Amino acid sequence: MRITCPLCGERDRREFYYKGAALVRPAAGADLDAWHDYVNLRENPAGPLDELWYHEMGCNAWLKVTRNTATHEILAVQLASEAGLGGEA
Amino acid sequence: MRFSGWRVLREGLTGNKGWKPHWRDPEPKSEYDVVIIGGGGHGLATAYYLAKEHGITNVAVLEKGYLGGGNVGRNTTIVRANYYLPGNSEFYSHSLKLWEGMEQDLNYNAMMSQRGIINLFHNDGQRDAAVRRGNSIVNQGDDAEILSRERVRELAPFLNFESNRFPIMGGLMQRRAGTARHDAVAWGYARGADMRGVDLIQNCEVTGIDVENGRVVGVQTARGPICAKKVALAAAGRSGQVAAMAGLTLPIESHVLQAFVSEGLKPIVDHVITFAEGHLYISQSDKGGMVFGSYLDFYSSYAARGNLPMVEHTMETFVAMVPALSKARLLRSWGGIMDMTPDGSPIIDHSPIDGLYLNCGWCYGGFKATPGSGSVYAHLIATDRPHGAATKFKLDRFRSGVGLMDEEGTGAQHNLH
Repeated sequence: MRITCPLCGERDRREFYYKGAALVRPAAGADLDAWHDYVNLRENPAGPLDELWYHEMGCNAWLKVTRNTATHEILAVQLASEAGLGGEA
Repeated sequence: MRFSGWRVLREGLTGNKGWKPHWRDPEPKSEYDVVIIGGGGHGLATAYYLAKEHGITNVAVLEKGYLGGGNVGRNTTIVRANYYLPGNSEFYSHSLKLWEGMEQDLNYNAMMSQRGIINLFHNDGQRDAAVRRGNSIVNQGDDAEILSRERVRELAPFLNFESNRFPIMGGLMQRRAGTARHDAVAWGYARGADMRGVDLIQNCEVTGIDVENGRVVGVQTARGPICAKKVALAAAGRSGQVAAMAGLTLPIESHVLQAFVSEGLKPIVDHVITFAEGHLYISQSDKGGMVFGSYLDFYSSYAARGNLPMVEHTMETFVAMVPALSKARLLRSWGGIMDMTPDGSPIIDHSPIDGLYLNCGWCYGGFKATPGSGSVYAHLIATDRPHGAATKFKLDRFRSGVGLMDEEGTGAQHNLH
């Protein structure tokens, strides 16, 4: 697998740390169910999935990568900071 | 048809014409007491124990492909009961005892080989952890012993005892652990269940789970609808998709774990041996191939194949541990789909839907659990109470945070196991 970092270009998978599904973080005061959903529960699709990857051995950017879990094909990459995952303050 | 030495002799002398298929190929009936989704090791074992221990024989196992075509046929065949935490400890103890009597119970040769497992340690911290885990295993009633460096050298002289970075200080051994012929385990349980009246239905993908007023009433399949009083999931890496048919979201991510086999070599590795540096585990099959693996690839995957970085890591670790085999050629490799929970331990529990049961989250340890899982899952389905050896595999531990079983101590969070 090779991931095209928006800042560094196409790089080997080994430069990246995998975090998992890219989910919108609940607000700090959200209830237990919202945090349970965020921390534990996963749609776990066999197909396209939005994920967080960290360019650990490159520019240190967090990326939102859309990847097909059935084929490993990378479909889209954008900076996580521009993906609106932070939720409410 | 019972297997015996006499039968083998007689068939050998009469042209082997008397062997029959090991199970029927029935058409699905319109209704069953219990429908099990997934004809792998756990599903087949569950059907077997439902029939044998609980007398529930109006059971169907629905398999979308062929029996035993998933992870039960894609693992490194290791059987052991060397867990540390309460919850896991008594469960795997129960499972190992069933392994020990399985072949006689099933009248089926599963090539169960209690050759022993040796977990090597390379520093003081690992040794302390091994001693502590060994004590936990002994307290559970199973066997464990600490081997000195010299004792490890006697048993496995081919290991790298010259490594400065990862010196072998000794090992934690469980003699009752070993390996079994993985396919035969599935076939043995399939035959045993079939003989007791269970319908094993292959090429029958479940496409929907019917729920009315909070209670499961049946399933939709590629071969038509089937009514069921109880429906039991045993779909391993595909658990997420199956549960979604009932509107459930599980605390599971599916990841790929690769395994490898070398060309056939003369006997050298007598035990299962694990290397505590790169999580490598090796054994030698009866055909002579080195069977080994290491970590997950560490990304979600349903591809049943991995990527080259983990192949390279595994080979590096193998050669570091056993330099004598550095010229062995790799014969083949494959990937299995692992249903990973946040804490690395499984779920065997009721679901929020009446009559729908969960058996999932086996991470990369489902094979050794096969008989135990079938036994306790059958108990749960039949009695609606957890088996005494499986009281802690609760679904709600992730929501509440109470009773998490993080065997590795890395944190109960996805992607850390």
